[in-house]
Amino acid sequence: MELVTTILIDGLIDASWIFIVAVGLTLIFGVLNILNIAHGNFYAIGAYAAANAVGVYYSGAGASMPMLGLVAMTVAALVVAIVLGPLLERGLFRFFYHRDEIVLVLVTYALFLILEDATKLIWGVNPYYAYEPYGLFGTVSIGKLDYVGYDFFLIGMAIVIGILLWLGLNRTRSGKVVLAVIHDREMSSAAGVNVTKIFVISFTIGVFLAALGGAFTAPKISVQPGLAVMVVLFSFAVAVIGGLGSIEGAAIASLLVGIARALAIHLAPWAELFIVYLAMALMLAVRPQGIFSPTALRKI
Amino acid sequence: MLSRLMVWLLAGVTLAILVALGEVLPSWCVFLLVTAAAKGLAALGLVLVIRTGLLSFGQGLFYCAGGYGAGLLMLWGGITDMTLLVLAGGAVALLFGLLTAPLLASYRGIFFATLTLALSMLMHGALTKADFLGGSDGLNLHSPTLFGLRPASAAEAVHMLYLFSSVLVVAVAVACRRHFDSLRGLLSLATRDNEIRVEYLGASVSRVISENFVAAAFLGGVGGALNAIAVGHIDPELAFWTTSGEFVFVAILSGYLSVAAVFASSILLELIRSFSSQYFPNAWQMSLGIFMLASILFLPNGIGGLIVRRKACDPGKDPA
Amino acid sequence: MTAALEAKQLNKSFGSVVAARDISVIVNRSERLGLIGTNGAGKTTFVNIVTGYIKPDTGTVRLEGRDITGHTPRSITRAGVCRSFQVPQLFLTLTTAQSLAVAFGIADGRAFSPGASIDAEMEGKVENLLERFRLIDYRNRMVAELPGGVRKLIDIAIAVTRKPKVLLLDEPTSGVAVEEKFALMDIVMSALDSDVTVLFVEHDMDIVSRYAQRVLAFYDGKIIADDLPETVFANQTVRTFITGTAN
Repeated sequence: MELVTTILIDGLIDASWIFIVAVGLTLIFGVLNILNIAHGNFYAIGAYAAANAVGVYYSGAGASMPMLGLVAMTVAALVVAIVLGPLLERGLFRFFYHRDEIVLVLVTYALFLILEDATKLIWGVNPYYAYEPYGLFGTVSIGKLDYVGYDFFLIGMAIVIGILLWLGLNRTRSGKVVLAVIHDREMSSAAGVNVTKIFVISFTIGVFLAALGGAFTAPKISVQPGLAVMVVLFSFAVAVIGGLGSIEGAAIASLLVGIARALAIHLAPWAELFIVYLAMALMLAVRPQGIFSPTALRKI
Repeated sequence: MLSRLMVWLLAGVTLAILVALGEVLPSWCVFLLVTAAAKGLAALGLVLVIRTGLLSFGQGLFYCAGGYGAGLLMLWGGITDMTLLVLAGGAVALLFGLLTAPLLASYRGIFFATLTLALSMLMHGALTKADFLGGSDGLNLHSPTLFGLRPASAAEAVHMLYLFSSVLVVAVAVACRRHFDSLRGLLSLATRDNEIRVEYLGASVSRVISENFVAAAFLGGVGGALNAIAVGHIDPELAFWTTSGEFVFVAILSGYLSVAAVFASSILLELIRSFSSQYFPNAWQMSLGIFMLASILFLPNGIGGLIVRRKACDPGKDPA
Repeated sequence: MTAALEAKQLNKSFGSVVAARDISVIVNRSERLGLIGTNGAGKTTFVNIVTGYIKPDTGTVRLEGRDITGHTPRSITRAGVCRSFQVPQLFLTLTTAQSLAVAFGIADGRAFSPGASIDAEMEGKVENLLERFRLIDYRNRMVAELPGGVRKLIDIAIAVTRKPKVLLLDEPTSGVAVEEKFALMDIVMSALDSDVTVLFVEHDMDIVSRYAQRVLAFYDGKIIADDLPETVFANQTVRTFITGTAN
């Protein structure tokens, strides 16, 4: 019984950061039809920026108001998004919208290559640590095991983000317009929707979510080169399994992937690495549109 | 379109030039050409797939299969002859190709790309955890031989490998050029342009795609085997998605019209990598990225489009 | 003598829309049939069922007695039914000659033999077809560069490389300038072998009168007239629903 709890909790913790990042990827695909290979880079840049922010904050005013460090991290992610989002969408991607969708994948791959090195050039190759926020919530005891409170904060954050996104898309006017664009871009444009504005905003939100995921994971890890490469794969897997463009799908898929990994780690360590790709391959083989698919199936 | 005679003539001249270069170039340069040949072969396989209208982000699967096929044959089977090892690598990759093609042939666009990526990462994950295959560290290989000849020094070993690769590359290049110019080659391009029309002419698009895919797998394996022998090491990284990404880079830079362009682009990749690792180690990927963007923007048919004169046409944006 | 093409009681519905109601037609060898009807009347559905694009709910289609109902387009094409498309389906980055070569290569299977190149014999066949369809001038031009009327001809020429028993032309003159329509149909009809059975969908009634020996009029999923062109055009129902009363 304890094992089950451990697996569920570990899975949930994993699922949280995966969801935050993957939902950004799926949103970008849903609205702009871009399969963003550079998504992991936004995560990494968010992590580095947060590490910087944390470093600055806690050596200054932060000592007296430690909780506000979380705000500093959020601001860091926001800055990343505001700087990169509009710049990339207007300054790079839009020149390729009229071409085959695969061309955009290649462009994001080229962007990935560029950002990988840009990150190294800006922040160097040595690891950064931003551990201060990790202790903000103390420890939580469940059964015989102690968990770090911060991890549960992350779970809460993921849930809040999921709800806010869902509400934003389904209950606000602008949100419904975004859903319309996801569902049928041509129709929306014909109906007078300012698709350009929706593109820039949606892409920026997507970048923000990735950066946020990176920023709030930073306290748990050492921020160093190589993050982007792994993160993008996980977000891909989740987005594909959940259905590209579906927020609900990303949520469920994150849970599935998180728990699958936890299962593997505890019960079958040899499968830890490939269980995610196995799930992805199986989903593609059996139901390529994913669990939920708001966009038309583009299998053939 | 080159006549048969021209192709053989060019092949002969190229081989002669390559052999001559091998005599005058320093050893590190010669080695670079060998690794460029290996990657070029794999990228050429990817080009075959691109010619049917698909982009694979998993060519690394076959590159890795070929590397491990050759490597294990050497370590467990005691075979050291380059020719046998390369053929074995190709055969193992071919097998994987035959197994995966039926599943993949019904996918297009983003889904095809993601599925190939997933399959390649599956192999990576499996190999990383397979301790009896070396796990994430991989395995070191012995020195290869050629037709019973054992090289006396390291420089001689590189030279021997280089001569072997040159012959291999020229032979493969001739075969591919003939394929490009043949009816089969045309059918691949026709499939890329309009699958519906191909079906309504009575041909199976699935078959065209599968056959090209399996051939691509074989080439990927041959390249992987050559690389394994040259570098003397195999590890799961060969199947990681960034390895596949390198082949994508080469294929996009070269375009799908010219075989020579593929190897030229591969040499460029190796040059950028080794040059920058000396002088600016944290900017070589950026250089690749910039090259790629430039190519996508300004050379829709790649470098090959400059060699094989053909006006750029993107059927995706044609109004009719 | 077995009919070249026989459709028996074809029915097809898309949800609540009935696209084909009990369509039955017998087409004889080398007949030239015009299919007329307003949009949505069922002519395209009929063509799509015959060429395998959609499966009928009930009913059969036979080609020279052989049941081809519900087979794949590929299989039906191989059996001998070829078609052209309303929007020409072409290989835009190939040249006209290459397009025909690929089509010939598929027809005789050599497109799947390793190393089979375009030899003298095939070049001869390509030249012959280019001439018949007045496409010689466009032989080495990339299809993407060619104007609409030429593309229509290439689409039909490609369809004919297989020497089909039945040829379906879907609106061969649509999108073609009025002055050029007759010229195009003249080229097409004279380029075809005399024993090919031809069905063509058309909106232009002058084209239909000139080139069809027999006309099928579709309305609301049914065939409301099946006779000589003059007779069909004089038919009251046809005049009301299809051609308009002022004739």
